[in-house]
Amino acid sequence: MSRKTLTRRQFVAATAMSSTALIAAPYVRGAYAAGKLSIGFWDHWVPDANKASTALVNEWAEKEKVEVSIDYITSQGNKLLLTMASEAQAKSGHDILSSQIGWQPHAYDDLLEPVNDVMEPVIKQNGEVNGTVKYLGQSGGKWLAVPGTAGSQIKGPCSRIDLMKKYANIDVQEMYPAGSPPKADNWTMDTFLKAAEACQKGGFPFGIGLGQTPDSIDTAGAIFQSFGAELVNAKGDITVKTDAVRQALEYYKKLIAFLPPDAPSWDDASNNKWLISGRGALIMNPPSAWAVAKRDAPQVAEQCWTHGFPSGPKGRFAPFQPFFWSIWKFSKNKEAAKSLLSHLSQPSAIERFVQASGGYDLPAYANMTTLKTWAEEAPPKGTLYHYPNPYNHQTLSIAAAPAPPKIAEQIYNQGTLTKMVLRYAQGEKMEDTLAWAESECEGFMRS
Amino acid sequence: MADVVVEQGRVGRTSQRKGASLHNVLGRKSTVAFFLTLPLILVIALLVLYPAIYSVHLATLNKSMQKFVGLGNFTFLFKRETFWMVVKQSCIFAVTAVIFKALIGFIVAHFVHNIPGKKQRKWRGMLLVPWVIPPAMSTLAWLWLFDPSYSAFNYTLSFFGIGPIPWLGETFWARFSVILVNVWYGAPFFLIMYLAALKSVPDQLYEAAAIDGANWWQKIWYVTLPMMRNIIAITTLFSLIVTFANFDIVRILTAGGPLDTTQLFATWAFQVGIQSSDIPLGACVSLFMVPILAVAAIFILRDVTKRGNEA
Repeated sequence: MSRKTLTRRQFVAATAMSSTALIAAPYVRGAYAAGKLSIGFWDHWVPDANKASTALVNEWAEKEKVEVSIDYITSQGNKLLLTMASEAQAKSGHDILSSQIGWQPHAYDDLLEPVNDVMEPVIKQNGEVNGTVKYLGQSGGKWLAVPGTAGSQIKGPCSRIDLMKKYANIDVQEMYPAGSPPKADNWTMDTFLKAAEACQKGGFPFGIGLGQTPDSIDTAGAIFQSFGAELVNAKGDITVKTDAVRQALEYYKKLIAFLPPDAPSWDDASNNKWLISGRGALIMNPPSAWAVAKRDAPQVAEQCWTHGFPSGPKGRFAPFQPFFWSIWKFSKNKEAAKSLLSHLSQPSAIERFVQASGGYDLPAYANMTTLKTWAEEAPPKGTLYHYPNPYNHQTLSIAAAPAPPKIAEQIYNQGTLTKMVLRYAQGEKMEDTLAWAESECEGFMRS
Repeated sequence: MADVVVEQGRVGRTSQRKGASLHNVLGRKSTVAFFLTLPLILVIALLVLYPAIYSVHLATLNKSMQKFVGLGNFTFLFKRETFWMVVKQSCIFAVTAVIFKALIGFIVAHFVHNIPGKKQRKWRGMLLVPWVIPPAMSTLAWLWLFDPSYSAFNYTLSFFGIGPIPWLGETFWARFSVILVNVWYGAPFFLIMYLAALKSVPDQLYEAAAIDGANWWQKIWYVTLPMMRNIIAITTLFSLIVTFANFDIVRILTAGGPLDTTQLFATWAFQVGIQSSDIPLGACVSLFMVPILAVAAIFILRDVTKRGNEA
């Protein structure tokens, strides 16, 4: 067996040559040169919507050479909320996390990376965001999170065309025609109340919940706001004992008489079931109920029309529930996270989100409310045309606003508004209800 | 040299003695038991003790968790109307549910005890089903039965001209429903414990009682119950703790509604702590269970020890 020996000279020459080759060689970027990024997205109830997010993220990751991992976290059982709470405690977890209810950015403001550098160019490109997004996503001029398209929704009325025409003598398609501005000057709280009564007498009551889950609370919030009723004002003063609050309670008491008797125990699925089963003439919901009806009860779906909220003495308010994407301060790859969120906020990406969700997802930006998905979705054609508020016909709002978000969050999540209306409607004296709500709000002032 | 030898011998003897004593220590039953349970002790320390101490720490912080407030959160809670409502409801829920679970478990255990051989095994298996299904899953089925608009119960009752009953929409019925589901879920545990206890009661005692002319009630009162006292006490304590801390049934069925009238410590702690982002207050609410359960545990376990000593 021959054995070749390496001389000292040969060794030095070989080492020098390989070092030179290494230094002189052109820089070749590795597959994941820009590091890793872990993302916790909201698990969309529309199956293909997750695929669209994954595709968008992967396209970006390939271009930017970032290794990404995505967890789709359900909001069922508040899993997403729990994930955020536990990651905040552990100061470890995903780099980017979706928030299922808009209150999270303020709740974790000191742990979130400011994203002004993402939001400023995006707003310039896509148009201004609505007031609720600013209220929930900004603190002292600092953007705490990026409004996410996936999951964001308006919970306005979804009416049955036939039943509203038959019992309330209201043509919702004429009031909110597809392709043109609303003619809804007469669509007021009084008209709404009369319609509720007529439909209830016809055997198809409006399906509005009075429980402690978001759908019930959001509707109560919009009705309170349309009367100018605030439990706590923007400065943080308790303003429960005002005429506006009294008016809102009186109105609700009248409305409750025409709602299903079991409405106090409704959760967020109850109104969907109410519409899909054909038992009600109207619910307050994003088009998820309609989408399920398309599959399970097509004869109901083809009679559904999503439109604007009735207006009250202080304006027309519609409940808006924005989702956010936030970056933790403890994220190890903030720059990549910002780059991804910027990518997901591009008009083309937003269009894909909207398309994949069948029009359910709503972008927060003014220039993005007239995408073709909403105009084309059917049956009936144009049923979602007015869903994204294309004519800024109503003020998008969230219950308990304009109270400082950390107080409003308590009012919202503890269902103070629906509890108030229920107490009063069940026979409690007005002043007792107000005193109870005032005491609750005092308790929410903790810092 | 001799000194050295002597020293070495002494060292040898000492180490031998040490070795022997270590051997003795290791050979003791208590030491072996300790080492065998050590993994469990460590798991408990990690998963129970640490979170418990951490929650005490959390309960002493302000809402933003940046400032120590001592007992401030507790005094704050004392002033809240909802808190006292939760205390009352938790007591009603736990006590009522445990009484019914114990009662049903006791009665059914007697029935099952009297079923002969093979058939008993089948009945035992079937009666245990509610207890082995994860409660979150079975409660979902109950939710559909109680569904506000499409309740199967109401549908059935409508044939008899009864209802519709607002199972989850009115305070009385909502409380009734959550207690009912808890009893349905928990009664099999009592059943199996009581069945085991019944089987350990010597037949001679019943024979002696029969000779003395005791009727069935007297046999239960003077034989069965005294023989089962310890197991009843332990089972009640255990169930009281678990029922008091119940979360899933209420969360799924009513989420604490209507108007917070079915809210328990755990569900309210979740609403305050997680949903409303006030973790210190949530921790504080859940810690309130400790003194209440500790008092119950002291009373019940004191009796068990007393009877153990008497025996």
